[in-house]
Amino acid sequence: MTALRSHIVRLAPQIAALAIILLMISVAFPGFFRIEVQNGRLYGSLIDILNRGAPVALLAIGMTVVIATRGIDLSVGAVMAICGAVAAAAITSGYSLPATLLITAATGLLCGLWNGLLVAVLDIQPIIATLVLMVAGRGIAQLITEGAILTFNHPGLIFVGSGSFAGLPMPVVIWLVFGIVVALVMRRTALGMLIEALGINRRASMLSGVSTGVLLIAAYVLSGLCAAIAGTIAVADIRGADANNAGLWLELDAILAVVIGGTSLLGGRFSIAASLLGAMIIQSINTGILLSGFPPEFNLIIKAAIIVLILVIQSPRAQGAIVWFSRSRAGDRPSEQEAK
Amino acid sequence: MNPRYLPLAATVAIFVAAYLLCIVQYPNMLSTRVIGNLLTDNAFLGIAAVGMTFVILSGGIDLSIGSVIAFTGVFLAVVLQSTSIHPLLAFAAVLAITTCFGAMMGAIIHHLAMPPFIVTLAGMFLARGMAFVLTIDSIPINHPFYATLKSFYYRLPGGGRITLIGGLMLAVFAIGIVIAHRTRFGANVYALGGGASTAQLMGVPVGKTTILIYALSGFLAGLSGIVFSLYTSAGYSLATVGVELDAIAAVVIGGTLLTGGAGFVAGTLVGILIQGLIQTYITFDGSLSSWWTKILIGFLLFAFILMQKGLLHLSQHNRRHA
Amino acid sequence: MQSNSENILTATGIDKFFPGAKALNKVDFSLRKSEVHALLGENGAGKSTLVKCITGAYRRDSGRILLDGAEIDPRNTQEAQKVGIGTVYQEVNLLPNLTVAENLFLGRQPRRFGLVATGEMNRKARELLGEYELDIDVTAELSRYSVAVQQVVAIARAVDLSGKVLILDEPTASLDTHEVAMLFGIVRRLKQRGLGIIFITHFLEQVYEISDRITVLRNGNLVGTRDTADLPRRDLIAMMLGRELIQEVHSGRTATGAAGEVRFRFTDYGRSGHIQPFDLEVRVGEVVGVAGLLGSGRTETAEILFGAERADSGKAEVDGKTVDISSPRAAIRQKFGFCPEDRKTEGIVADLSVRENIVLALQARRGWARPISRGEQERLADRYIEALDIRTSDREKPIKLLSGGNQQKVILARWLATNPEFLILDEPTRGIDVGAHAEIIRLIETLCEQGMSLIVISSELEELVAYSARVIVLRDRAHVAELVGEDVSTAHIVEAIAAGERGAA
Repeated sequence: MTALRSHIVRLAPQIAALAIILLMISVAFPGFFRIEVQNGRLYGSLIDILNRGAPVALLAIGMTVVIATRGIDLSVGAVMAICGAVAAAAITSGYSLPATLLITAATGLLCGLWNGLLVAVLDIQPIIATLVLMVAGRGIAQLITEGAILTFNHPGLIFVGSGSFAGLPMPVVIWLVFGIVVALVMRRTALGMLIEALGINRRASMLSGVSTGVLLIAAYVLSGLCAAIAGTIAVADIRGADANNAGLWLELDAILAVVIGGTSLLGGRFSIAASLLGAMIIQSINTGILLSGFPPEFNLIIKAAIIVLILVIQSPRAQGAIVWFSRSRAGDRPSEQEAK
Repeated sequence: MNPRYLPLAATVAIFVAAYLLCIVQYPNMLSTRVIGNLLTDNAFLGIAAVGMTFVILSGGIDLSIGSVIAFTGVFLAVVLQSTSIHPLLAFAAVLAITTCFGAMMGAIIHHLAMPPFIVTLAGMFLARGMAFVLTIDSIPINHPFYATLKSFYYRLPGGGRITLIGGLMLAVFAIGIVIAHRTRFGANVYALGGGASTAQLMGVPVGKTTILIYALSGFLAGLSGIVFSLYTSAGYSLATVGVELDAIAAVVIGGTLLTGGAGFVAGTLVGILIQGLIQTYITFDGSLSSWWTKILIGFLLFAFILMQKGLLHLSQHNRRHA
Repeated sequence: MQSNSENILTATGIDKFFPGAKALNKVDFSLRKSEVHALLGENGAGKSTLVKCITGAYRRDSGRILLDGAEIDPRNTQEAQKVGIGTVYQEVNLLPNLTVAENLFLGRQPRRFGLVATGEMNRKARELLGEYELDIDVTAELSRYSVAVQQVVAIARAVDLSGKVLILDEPTASLDTHEVAMLFGIVRRLKQRGLGIIFITHFLEQVYEISDRITVLRNGNLVGTRDTADLPRRDLIAMMLGRELIQEVHSGRTATGAAGEVRFRFTDYGRSGHIQPFDLEVRVGEVVGVAGLLGSGRTETAEILFGAERADSGKAEVDGKTVDISSPRAAIRQKFGFCPEDRKTEGIVADLSVRENIVLALQARRGWARPISRGEQERLADRYIEALDIRTSDREKPIKLLSGGNQQKVILARWLATNPEFLILDEPTRGIDVGAHAEIIRLIETLCEQGMSLIVISSELEELVAYSARVIVLRDRAHVAELVGEDVSTAHIVEAIAAGERGAA
C-alpha cells in the first residue's frame, strides 16, 4: 500500500505534466480525446501518440537503466539503424520471421556488449565509448543496406509495425509489454536496487560484493536490445530499412525522456514508468503541435525550454537547497567529518 | 620524443601515409587542385572544429554547433532576402547573436553546475528550432556581394585555388593556435581541462573562462555558418545536421584528448584533412560508397581513444615506478 | 638570536565547529621566523582543520590569527596567499597537463604585445627553479616528473606567490629516502631565508630530522607545543596516541576465555607496493587489534585481507582449506565482512535508504535473481535499527541524512545481516560522537563473545587494548610486532611503534 502510494507520488509530476499537455491540446483541438473502433481496432489521436511514441519509449527503457548506472548511451539511434538494416536484409534474403527477429535481437545485444565492454572493462567514459558506435553505426547500417532503402513485403514483419493486437497497434503492445516486463524484472528481482547502488557509489557497491562489472555490461546490453526492438518496429512501419534516417537523433529524445522522467543524469534512483511517461510527454508535444496547427518548427524550441527548466530543477545547486531545507526541517544534520 | 606529441605525430603520419596511398592508386590526386578543394570543401567544418577544440580541451563538449551553423545560414538568407541590409552588417549581427548564444550556454554550465552535454543539447534544439521558425524552406542567396566574395581566390601553381573561405579557415586555425598557446586565456583553457578544482585553487577564473570558451565556440560556429552560406549560396534549416559529430571526430583524430587538457589546435586541422581525404578518395574511386567514410572515421576515433587510454595508463605506470 | 624567536604567525583560541562535532577547541598555535614547526596528530586530530582555518579554506568560528603582528582574516586560499601564506599539499595541487613553466606562472605569465612571452616565461621559470637547484626542462609537462620534483615546483610557486609562511601538508608521503633528503635541503634553505614553515607529517623520524618545535593535537584539542630537542620519541607518541602513559594491564578476558581454534590463517600474504608479506592467524571468538601510525599499512592490510586489493604472494586458509580471496565477492563467499575507513566514499550508498543499505551485501551475495522480499528487508532493517540503536526517524530515510555514527552502525548492520564469521573493521569509531563510540565498542565485544572473529584497526590505543586479545603493530608497510596477553597495553604498543621508528632512523 505504502509502496503503491510512493510510486504515485514519484510519478505525480510526470502524470500531471502529461495531463496538462493533453488538456491544452484538447482545448485547441476538441476532437482530441475521441477514440473510435474500426474493424476491431482503436483509432484516435491518443492511440496515435502511443503508436508514434513507440521507438522513443523503447529506447528510453534501456537508456533509463544505463543512466541509472551513471552512464549514457549515445549509440542507440545508430544501433536502431543497424538492427533495422539487419532485419530488412535477413527477411529479404529469405529467413523466416522468427529467425529474422532472433538475428536482429542478437545484433542489438552484440552492439550493447561492445559498448558495455568499453565502459566496464576498458574503463572508458560512457559518453566517449558510445560515441564510437554513434559515429560508425550509421555507416555500418548503410553497408548492410548497400546505401539504398531496403524494402520488403513480408507480411509477418510488416505486422510488427502496423498490425494490431487486442485493438491496439502492435508497436504500442510491444513497448507496453516490454516496458512492464523490464520494470517488473527490475523491481521483482534485486536488479533495480543493485543498479541504483552501483550508480550512486560504484566503489562501495563493489566492496559490498555487488558484481559491478557484470551489471554495467548488462545495462548496455539491455539498451542494445531496446534499440534492436525499436529498429525492427521502425523498418516494419515503413516497410523498408532507411539507414540514413532510421533512429536519427532518437538517442537525444530518449535521453530527454529519461530526464523528463526525473532520473538524474548523475545516476542512481530510476523509474522506468516515469521515463515511459516522459517519452509520451515528448510525443504528445509533437502530436499536439501538429494537431493544433502551430507550425511544427516550435517543437524543438519547446523541447529546449523543457530541458532548461529541468536543468534548473535538477541542478546540484538547486538540489543542495532542497536537501538543506529538508534537513534543517528534520533537525537531523549529519556530522561532517574531517577529511584528514 | 615527448609523449605529448605522440597523438599529433600519429595523426600526421596517418595523413601522410593515407595521402601517399591515394597517390599511388590515383596519381591525379597529387595536385594543387585537390588540395585547394580539400580546403574549400571543409572550410566550414574546420572553422567550427577550432571552436570545438577549445571546448574539448577544457573538458567540455558542444553539441549545438551544427544547429548554430544552420541557424546562421537561414538567418542570413532570410535577412538578405527580405531586407536591404548589407551582408557585412548581417554578418556582424549574426556573429553577435551566436556569440551571445554560446556565452549563455557557458554561463548555464558554470552557474548551474550542469554537464555541458545536456546544456548544449538544449542549445542544439533551440538553435535548430529558431532556424525552423525563421523558415523551413531552402532560401537561395543571390546578393551580388556574395558573388564578389566568391570571386576572390589565390591561384596556386598547378591550377589549384585557395578560395576566400579556404583561406579564412587557415587564418582561423592560425589565430586559434596563437590563442591556445600564446595567451593567458589559452593556458586557462588547458588548466580547466587538467582539473577544474585545481585550476580554481591556482587562481584561474573558472567561470569567466568557461563562458568565454563557449562564447568562442558560438562565435566560430557563426563564422562557420557564414562560410557555409557562402559555400552553398543558400540557407536551409535542415542543413549541417550532425556536423558536431564530424567536428568532435576531427578533434579527437587530431590527437586531442576527449576528456580534456591535452591536444593541439593544429592537430584538428590534420583531423579535418584526414576526413576530407577519405571523402576525396571515395569520390575518385567512384565505386566505393560514402558510408565507408563513417565507418573509417568511427574506427579512427576508436583507435585514438584507445591510444590515449594506453598513453595515460603508461604515464601513470611510469610515474609509480619512477 | 633575537630575530629568530619572533613570531611571524600567531593563532589564539581557534574554534571550529562542524555540525555535530567540534573539530577544534580553543587551539593556540604560533610560528616563528626561520622555524620548521611540526604539526602532529592522528587522523581526525584537527591538523588539517587548523591549517585550513589559517589558510582561509575554512572559516574559523572564533579566535584570532596574527601575521606579522597584524590581524588577518583570509576568506580563501588565494587571499591567504596574497598576504603571505602559501600551502603545498601531499596530492600536488598543480596541473599535470601543463608545462612546469606554465604551472609556475599560471595567471601571471609575462606578456609582450598582449601575448604570452613563452621564452621569457621559461627563462624565469629556470631561474626560479635554479634557486632550488633544480635543473629540469621547464617546457615539459609536469606529469613527466616524479612526485618529488612536482613538490619542489609546488613549493617554488607557493613561496614565489606568498613568501612569509609555507605550510607543507604531508609533502613526503610518497617520496623515497633520497627525495626526502632533497626536499629537506630545500626546506632548510627556505628556513634560512627567514620563512616560517609548518610541516605536517606522520613520519616521526622526519620530524626529528627537520623540525625545531612540535605541536601535537588530539581530538581537536591542543596537547602541547615542545622544543623538538627536549621531547623524547616515546613521550611524543604518547602525546599523539594515549592520554597518559599509564601501564594499563590487559584484562585478558577474550584472550584466555572464549577464543577457540585457529579459523583463518594467512601465510606470507602480501602485495608489493602496498604491504609486505605477513603471517596472520585469527581464532574463533577473537579480536585481533591492528595498531600503527598513519601510513604504516593499516588500511592496506585490511584491503588485502578482504580482496579489495589482490594479494600477489602467499595463501589464505579457512578451516585449514586454501581459499581464493581475489575479490570482495570471493571474500564474502568465505563469510568475510569489511567496514572501510572512508565511510563516505567506500561505505555508504548515499541516496539509498537505511533499509537498502542494510540489505545490500546480503542481497549481493544471494545474487540478483533471488531477491529478499520487501517484508524480509523491513524485518532485517527494523531488527538492526533496534539492535544497534540506529537513530533514524524512518528506515526509508536516505542514509546520507544520518549522522556519522549512525551511518557507521548501518554499515555494521549491512555486514551483520550476512552472518559473517570474519569481520574486518577499519577505524570503526572515527569521526563519530562519544555515545555511538561506546556502543560500537560494546558491539565489538558482544560479537566476539558470540564466536565471531574480528580484525579491528584503530588509532585509539586505549580502545584497542580494551577489546583485543592480540595486537599487531605495523610500521613502514610491514607487520613488525605482535603483542599477546599481558603485553597488550598502550605502553607496549607505543613502545613497539617507537622502537621501530628508532630502528628506522
